[in-house]
Amino acid sequence: MSSETASGAPTGPETSTARRAKITAVTSGKGGVGKTILSANLAAALAGRGQRVLVLDADLGLANLDVVLNLYPKVTLHDVFTGKVDLEAAILPAPGGFSVLLAGSGLVEYSRLTPEVRDQLQRIIDTLAPRFDHILLDTGAGISDVVLYAVSLADDVLVLATPEPTSMTDAYATIKLLATQQQRRAIRLVVNQVGRIGEGRVIRNQLQLVVDKFVVPMLPEGSVPPLLELIGEVPLDPGVREAVQKRRLLLELLPGCSAAQAIEAIAAKLAP
Amino acid sequence: MLLLQQSGRELPDRQTVAPVVWMQAVIDALCELSSRDPLTGLSNRRQFELALASEVDRVARAGEPALVLMIDIDHFKSINDTHGHPAGDLVLKGVAQALHDCIRPMDTVARFGGEEFAMILPNCAPPFGLAVAERVRAKVQSRAVAIAPGQQVQVTISIGGAFAPQWVRSSAALWIARADQQLYRAKAEGRNRACLEQPTVSLVSAEEKGLLFGTSKFAELE
Repeated sequence: MSSETASGAPTGPETSTARRAKITAVTSGKGGVGKTILSANLAAALAGRGQRVLVLDADLGLANLDVVLNLYPKVTLHDVFTGKVDLEAAILPAPGGFSVLLAGSGLVEYSRLTPEVRDQLQRIIDTLAPRFDHILLDTGAGISDVVLYAVSLADDVLVLATPEPTSMTDAYATIKLLATQQQRRAIRLVVNQVGRIGEGRVIRNQLQLVVDKFVVPMLPEGSVPPLLELIGEVPLDPGVREAVQKRRLLLELLPGCSAAQAIEAIAAKLAP
Repeated sequence: MLLLQQSGRELPDRQTVAPVVWMQAVIDALCELSSRDPLTGLSNRRQFELALASEVDRVARAGEPALVLMIDIDHFKSINDTHGHPAGDLVLKGVAQALHDCIRPMDTVARFGGEEFAMILPNCAPPFGLAVAERVRAKVQSRAVAIAPGQQVQVTISIGGAFAPQWVRSSAALWIARADQQLYRAKAEGRNRACLEQPTVSLVSAEEKGLLFGTSKFAELE
């Protein structure tokens, strides 16, 4: 790991190359739609394109990035928060060539947005942003304060939905909150588990229709209307289940399958 | 001990009761003293924050609704300026009494600081929130406060309220901040009114769901 961070960009603020990572929050409202699996595989796809990527497990209460990646870290964000270890020690190399900062499951006490959690998350992101090209924040399910705060730290927000009505409703509720409370005007959408290519576009159009009708009137007069940008649709693919059960990255286990290809295509849009 | 005597709280006679009984009475009295605002007798800010923290836990656990109201006396400074600080204290006491008369035993009403008060209303359902806040506002307005023999002043209050997000573990500070924001809105909209945070933002109405799924078929968009 040390070699990986050492090879990163110089961290001093005085350097002219101090580029800041693009921070993307991955969120969905509803749980179980594939946020963590998408985050992990998208990170691997971006890493495959030569990007320096960190996935931060911002699902502080019920983190499971460790399970998806088959990593059982001795050091987690919990230890960083409590000051037991240095932040550097908690940044781990993940299979797929990216870095992870895992929450671990001992973080139940951080599922509330205390000023401490706020400051810690901000500090961690500020410290790490100069060293990576992309930081993905894998948020928890729901629209809790912690989730909304994590999203507020991100440059871009990527909302993940599936064609299921419950997921679409929760994705819409999330979009509405982000537009009205965080003044988000550009929201990226990935539709997961589509039955056929094109279904994602239909769902995007449907969500946009409801946003235009119900969310736009809630915004201050003269606001730019929020725009949903479909940046990918990932087909329902039995390979995903197989990869999860084997605790492997889909992109490594079945790189040619349709879901893996779709994730590669999203990475190509994020890092042209 | 002097502090306890000044607080007006009666202790059992030290000579006639067992030492442990007397000591317990002293401890109870001190606890009571440390949780009350001396002027108004309402809960003080410390007690309020304890109650609020446990309410945050409760709504996250039980999913019950709960409302916090932040209350501020309108133009309080001009009362102090016109009639003097003793009159201001009487107004604070009068408003405190009116607020206290509005609440259920399970509610908490506290002096938050200065001329600001706060209320926690557990198990208050969103459809009733505005009616409750309005009742509190009207109660204070309807009650004139005697500040001198034959001299009364009528004061009004502005109220801001926010419900705890029911299925989410929030934080006490954020909850107060949301209610405070509504209090600013009530002030800005002309005072002597109650404003509650619109709870519909995170909810998806039947109309929205209808548009999302029902009224337009997916096929029509293709």
